[in-house]
Amino acid sequence: MADPTTQGNGNGREPTSSDDADLSARLKSLDARIDKASTHRQSAEPPARPTSDSRALGQAFRLSAEFVSGVAAGGIVGWIVDRLFGTSPWGLIICLILGFCAGMLNLMRAAGVLKGARHDGTR
Amino acid sequence: MASPIEQFQIKPIIPVINFTNSSLFMVGATAVIVGGLLLATRKRAMVPDRAQSVAEILHDFIASTLVDATGKEGMKFFPLVFSLFMFVLTANLLGMIPGFFTVTSHVIVTFALALLVIGTVVIYGFVKHGTHFLGLFVPSGVPVWLLPFIVVIELISFLSRPISLSLRLFANMLAGHIALKVFAGFVVSLLAAGGALTILAPLPLLMAVALMALEFLVAALQAYVFTVLTCIYLNDALHPGH
Repeated sequence: MADPTTQGNGNGREPTSSDDADLSARLKSLDARIDKASTHRQSAEPPARPTSDSRALGQAFRLSAEFVSGVAAGGIVGWIVDRLFGTSPWGLIICLILGFCAGMLNLMRAAGVLKGARHDGTR
Repeated sequence: MASPIEQFQIKPIIPVINFTNSSLFMVGATAVIVGGLLLATRKRAMVPDRAQSVAEILHDFIASTLVDATGKEGMKFFPLVFSLFMFVLTANLLGMIPGFFTVTSHVIVTFALALLVIGTVVIYGFVKHGTHFLGLFVPSGVPVWLLPFIVVIELISFLSRPISLSLRLFANMLAGHIALKVFAGFVVSLLAAGGALTILAPLPLLMAVALMALEFLVAALQAYVFTVLTCIYLNDALHPGH
């Protein structure tokens, strides 16, 4: 009989102090949770591989296309030179070697190694 | 089981005028683009509805890509770049529908598109800048004795651009569609094998589903990459200086 009244009294009379305590406790736990979540997200950053993996695949495709196309272009140029001037096989050999160089150049530009050289190709 | 290459076969539909399934899907892609855009912009409302805002977003997206790469004066190439982007994107996405033919998985199609781009660059570059356009092949700050080699290498590097542009798009689409078909084929052959192997059949099916999602990403991404590279090459035609 007495208990409910005092409890009711307590609830009604000192809501401020108990609410304050409650609020600060909740704030603290929220802070802790935020800290935990942010550290968790930071630690979760490296394992977030799937997206970067598909991008790496795309980059692999891109870079290989750059290199192969350089060699192929060199080969075609050499073949045409040989056809035009009858210098077979020297045109093909030399232009293939130059094509390798051009492929490397493409590759380095696409990979961003030669930043200053020319604003070219892929970023 | 069907061969994974079979989906790329070109079959004549109307042999008299050489109209093949490839031509059919090119016409189809064009019809989808033109029809879709006309339908979306039919109302020309001040406040766009859903279809119209999609069309506007596409327009703004390509316009900002072009302006970022080439500056304001690049906008004169906007019709070319927008058409290229829409065609490649639509052809890629149409190819994702099972049973449909993928136009961009044939190297001759992508090479024709790349030649169109490079042809535009070369012709516009020479018309606009004359022989100054050749400065593209002479990098600054190179010793004189090295210059002949560098010029030849730069020339080959320039000639390799249409090849790499077409190769990239074609190889991505070809490889993706073959991989899808191969994994789908695993499902069928595991089911047919019977016994314990039948239980394993859902595994390649899961892989095929995952690949399907990846292929949609690749379809959109490659269309975008093609467009970005087009913009960068056009920038060389507009500003060949160093």
